[in-house]
Amino acid sequence: MRDATDARPGPEARFKAFLAEGRFMLQRSRSTGRHVFYPRGAVPGTGETDLEWVPASGEGTVYSITVNRTREGAYNLALVDLAEGPRMLSRIEGAETVPIGTRVTARIATIDGAPAIVFAVASQGAA
Amino acid sequence: MAHRLRGRAAVVGIGTAGLGEAPGRSSIELLGEAALAALADAGLRLDEVDGIFAATGVHGLPALSAAEYLGIRPRVIEGTNVGGSSFEIHLLQAALALDAGLCDVALIAYGSNQRTAGGRLVSMSEPQWHEAPYRPRHPITGYAMAAARHMHEFGTTREQLAAVAVAARAWANRNPAAFARGPLTVEDVLASRVVSDPLSVLDCCLVTDGAAACVMVRSERARDLRQAPAYLLGAGMATSHRSFAQMPDLTTTAACESGPRAFAMAGVDPREIDLLMLYDAFTINTILFLEDLGYCPKGEGGRFVEGGAIAPGGSLAVNTNGGGLSCVHPGMYGLFLVVEAVTQIRGEAGERQVPTRLALCHGNGGTLSSQATAILGSRDTL
Repeated sequence: MRDATDARPGPEARFKAFLAEGRFMLQRSRSTGRHVFYPRGAVPGTGETDLEWVPASGEGTVYSITVNRTREGAYNLALVDLAEGPRMLSRIEGAETVPIGTRVTARIATIDGAPAIVFAVASQGAA
Repeated sequence: MAHRLRGRAAVVGIGTAGLGEAPGRSSIELLGEAALAALADAGLRLDEVDGIFAATGVHGLPALSAAEYLGIRPRVIEGTNVGGSSFEIHLLQAALALDAGLCDVALIAYGSNQRTAGGRLVSMSEPQWHEAPYRPRHPITGYAMAAARHMHEFGTTREQLAAVAVAARAWANRNPAAFARGPLTVEDVLASRVVSDPLSVLDCCLVTDGAAACVMVRSERARDLRQAPAYLLGAGMATSHRSFAQMPDLTTTAACESGPRAFAMAGVDPREIDLLMLYDAFTINTILFLEDLGYCPKGEGGRFVEGGAIAPGGSLAVNTNGGGLSCVHPGMYGLFLVVEAVTQIRGEAGERQVPTRLALCHGNGGTLSSQATAILGSRDTL
């Protein structure tokens, strides 16, 4: 039996380490070209383990959005379809809400003391 | 050829406890009360139970807790815990175990004191590291995004979502056991506080206490017991994701797969079903499940419900107990679907009775993650 033990940090830790360096990285399968988010040990469903880290374009489109309204205030959460294919949960900064289909651009912000990907409406040039 | 499990086991006892508010009683105490009520209903003794199927939102090992509290040493124990749909899955697992002779009397049980313990919907979900920074409120955030996407793609309106809540309330007003009763209009729903756009408080299920249980035996034995059996004719499950960000299409649930599996096992057509019990944690659920189970085309659910089609007197009987929206929702609602379906099949639903030979229970778990469909029928459907 082959032991799968690997001394390197796992995909979650690698992703967070890249973020801490100011880099938004995605996994991509060398053989299929498919991108993966959230980071995992293998491509979900097909199991390819030939994943390499590549920079995300940072471009995305809002797939759905909601505004949570609490006593402390309102804030949005959005599902963003990344240009590379995967979908991620994030927030859209600079507006209470935006229409579904809005093109957005990622940046790295600090949330609760840790780096995290957030999005803003893409500039006219990017749209 | 009929599936070998079709009609091989039946629900012969149902029980509930603490519906609404049950101050001073714990979740396991309520579960125990419902279990004993279901056994008394069946005319069976506690010491005859040799199969335990249980899930809750508050126990780490709920099936063990249930077996110990009741003092049973089960030959079969099954604790599938995938949210509110767990119990439709338990029906199938119990039928499998009974049919295989691994147990003779199967008890499915659930209990929660969520309302009096905390007064709010308690999430069973541990935070997902890739979602937590954005502070999703589970489970409503995912359902709100599904509703927003449905509105975007199909032109569904808040008024149409509200029609689901209004229909549920109209049924609840015919059910003395329902927690939320009284008049409710579309305008009331629209005027209630928005919690997570586009869903308002009245688009959301209740937060109640409550426990439910049912007892299953093989059909040969069911014939000799005191209640008219509700036979399990078919069931199917399907799973599409864990966290809603991973759901491939927010407007199409895995009910598209669990439904056909259940219909195929039961050998019935969707149009033959007399009663639909659809897990309505939020108003969008009912619309999605009507579409995904084949009762209207994809995208038409809003227009289907807006004219009162699922309200009393409408063309399709849906959630006759008042649903999770107006009857009871202690966190995991799936077993209450079964209790109402069996009540209707027995013809014991009083003012809300609809002629029911075939009832469909559709359970939902997680954030539209786990879908499970079970079809129950009266004796003449065997």
